[in-house]
Amino acid sequence: MSATTEEISYWELIKNGILKENTIFKLALSLCPAIAVTNNLKNGVFMGAAVIFVQVMVNVTISAMRKFIHPRIRLPIFMLVISGWVTVVNLGMDALVPDVYRSVGLYIQLIVAFASILARAEMFASKNTIMPSMFDGIGMGLGFLVALVTISFFRELIGKGMLWGVPIINAKPLLILVLPAGGFFAVGILMAAFNWMYAKYFTKGNSH
Amino acid sequence: MTEFVKLFELLISASLVNNFVFTWFLGLCIFFGVSKKMETALGMSVTFTAVMMISTAISWIVYKLIMVPLNIEFLMIIVFIGIVAGLVQGSDTIMRKVAPALYYKLGIYLALISTNCIILAVPLMSVGNKYSFIESIVFALGSGLGFSLALIIMASIREKLELADVPKYFKGLPMAFVVTGMIALAFTGFAGLIKH
Repeated sequence: MSATTEEISYWELIKNGILKENTIFKLALSLCPAIAVTNNLKNGVFMGAAVIFVQVMVNVTISAMRKFIHPRIRLPIFMLVISGWVTVVNLGMDALVPDVYRSVGLYIQLIVAFASILARAEMFASKNTIMPSMFDGIGMGLGFLVALVTISFFRELIGKGMLWGVPIINAKPLLILVLPAGGFFAVGILMAAFNWMYAKYFTKGNSH
Repeated sequence: MTEFVKLFELLISASLVNNFVFTWFLGLCIFFGVSKKMETALGMSVTFTAVMMISTAISWIVYKLIMVPLNIEFLMIIVFIGIVAGLVQGSDTIMRKVAPALYYKLGIYLALISTNCIILAVPLMSVGNKYSFIESIVFALGSGLGFSLALIIMASIREKLELADVPKYFKGLPMAFVVTGMIALAFTGFAGLIKH
């Protein structure tokens, strides 16, 4: 492969993660934090950042070690690598952003059980070299971040009339959206909107 | 007697008031995955509750007797996920040998359980809340029952939903989410059940 095609494929990998295989809206994986932490924008952003970090580091680690991992014990090893990096993020966030950690801490620890991270390690990183794996991780993580930011943007704006804790709308907010139940409504509606957008704008463009 | 009341309160709290699916949003992947049919929902509920109680008990023992004395509490994520994975793999093997009939019925749910975040969240939370051994087990039982209740409610609704005329882009998951939102709204009614 020449250098130019590789650059294009890196871009494709990132695009794939954000649109075609968007973890939340398309694959419907790792839904728990998508609803749990998205009642304000700040939590959504930090959670997304944590996931990008873990996904990229796991992909890089696995693809660097892929020749030494015996296929029969690959899953326990993947789990071990993932939980190692999650512990790093967990302790790091506890130290650096304690106020965010207090509300999203449990969900940070539960990144371990994310099907999407294990799936990328299994399907992509264990078969590819380090650079593509890294970009695949960035793409998948960004897709997750975009979804979280979108959901939390709408929920905080409509549910509290605020963004990042700053009041924006001076009207009575629709409180239900920050309640647990509202999270399900928001994700359901945004998922339908994503399906509509995808069907309308991207299916034709992608079939070249 | 007061001890018993406290445990009962914990059971109600874990299963209804703080239902894992509707207020903590955990286990959603499994929740949406297996709630399409009543039969799978029931199989999952039974397997899940049993595995959850055993894994919480083992995690508690390992945490209190091994990790605390050695000062390695920071490794708890790795250790707990290891316990869950090992337990699932182990019971898979044992069940296949000892009770093949049961294995053919419930085996596939066992494999799915290791990707369920509740099974990891319960030990983590019972450590975080400093529950005693009995309290942890009751907490696990309550969470399992709550999850089963959620699955069964959802499965019975989704079987009917198959026949409903849903807008094109809402078909499947988006609609399931909206329905879950409505159930969650109903569950907020339990909030007053226990004084905090």
